[in-house]
Amino acid sequence: MTRIVLYRLLVIAALVLLLELLCAAGVIDRITMPPPHTILRDLFAMLASGSLNAAIGKTLGNAATALVLALAAGVTCAVAIHNYPALRETLEPLFATYYAIPVFAFYPLLIIVLGLGDAPQILIGFMLGVVAVIVNTLNGLDRVPAVLRKAAHIHGMGATATAFFVTLPCAAPYVLTGARLAVAYCLIGIIGAEFIMSRGGMGYEISFAYTNFDNATMYPLIVLVLFVSMAVNAALSRWEKTLLARRRA
Amino acid sequence: MNWRAARNALTLIVALIVLWQLIYSVVGEIAMRSPLATLHYTLHLLGSATFWPHLSETARAFAAALAIAIALGLAIGFWLGFHRLSGEVMEPMLVALYSIPKITLYPLVLLAFGLGMPAKIAFGALHGIVPIAIFTINALRNIKPIFIKIARAHNLRTAETLRVILFPAAIPEIFSGIRVGFSLTLIGTILGEMFAAQRGLGYLLMNAIGLHNVDVIMAVTLLLVVFAASVSSILLWADRRLHYRA
Repeated sequence: MTRIVLYRLLVIAALVLLLELLCAAGVIDRITMPPPHTILRDLFAMLASGSLNAAIGKTLGNAATALVLALAAGVTCAVAIHNYPALRETLEPLFATYYAIPVFAFYPLLIIVLGLGDAPQILIGFMLGVVAVIVNTLNGLDRVPAVLRKAAHIHGMGATATAFFVTLPCAAPYVLTGARLAVAYCLIGIIGAEFIMSRGGMGYEISFAYTNFDNATMYPLIVLVLFVSMAVNAALSRWEKTLLARRRA
Repeated sequence: MNWRAARNALTLIVALIVLWQLIYSVVGEIAMRSPLATLHYTLHLLGSATFWPHLSETARAFAAALAIAIALGLAIGFWLGFHRLSGEVMEPMLVALYSIPKITLYPLVLLAFGLGMPAKIAFGALHGIVPIAIFTINALRNIKPIFIKIARAHNLRTAETLRVILFPAAIPEIFSGIRVGFSLTLIGTILGEMFAAQRGLGYLLMNAIGLHNVDVIMAVTLLLVVFAASVSSILLWADRRLHYRA
């Protein structure tokens, strides 16, 4: 296992080194992309000066809001849908084709309806994230052993109590898979929406820097977005593994 | 079973149209058009000569992007699925790549490929490659070891093993990957057109936002959604058949 991690680090180091060499040799000219060490230096300078803290805070805050909404609505909907097989059967084709629909195409409509504030971006993030939560929670609820439901029934627990104390804890690893996907989708939604049209945020700053050939801002921001999404993803998948392992034990 | 699926789809479509009409009656003419008016304008758009170059531009970009995504995705998937060590080293990196908002890489793609067709194709393909590769890796890993033993017992060469045994055994799951890749490539291509293009449906959409042309926004959105949903349903149907057979 450690050997594999070592190899993985080596591959990443080799890729970074390759980029560095290509930049130094002039194959990639400086207008296209600065060498990696410059990007990192700019990133530290940017974070230290705090010039973009507002944008970073706005984006991450909006993503967090969208994520919380998607989780709350997604889990609630999943529990409700799970109780009505006919409803579920009708909605199944929607879930199956949902991610084929370019949700960003609705963004202009949302801007017109909600104005150019934070709301349309949060809604896009929410729309992208919520279905992943629903689908994965349903998947988890399907795997709850029937005996647990029966036990809850014998104890005279209502639908809400059963969901909170029995079925959802049992389905937790699957809900977490949904949450992990929702994190990615919310970030994609928020940053994408900011990119298309907005008045602030990391996506906005990236596209603004891009149109102004401001590589010293653009590349560090891109790298920061990549770091944040990878770190959150890694942390959640680690948690998911512990939950699954505990269940097997 | 089949007419039941049809009935479900029909119920869903009717429900969505009713929902659309309801939202329209709340929001009003300033932001939306009614389903009927949208359909009307869409037909008008489809009849106009200026629309077709945009559609064909998007279609060509999408087709090229999908072809590249499938080719590269399968190549990466087969390599990482076969070579155990490379697979274990690289797979988490692929998953991380899958989870990043690829939209942020757009400036990079533009700087590398320049404005126009190549950038759109690259951006579309960028979205599709990773899911296809991840599904292919899993497909190959899930092949029963006995199949490979049989290939060895029959002294098959690598190319023959691939063609006769591994590919047929892995095809249902690979197809699922291509289904997911299809949707993401379409989204990628449209997004690419929204930011920097002079032609294509994404450009039409972005332009209509700038001009606040609600008719065009609604019509293009409808076309995209109908296209994506219908192709995806067909692929899903084929996907289920393949899995059923296997």
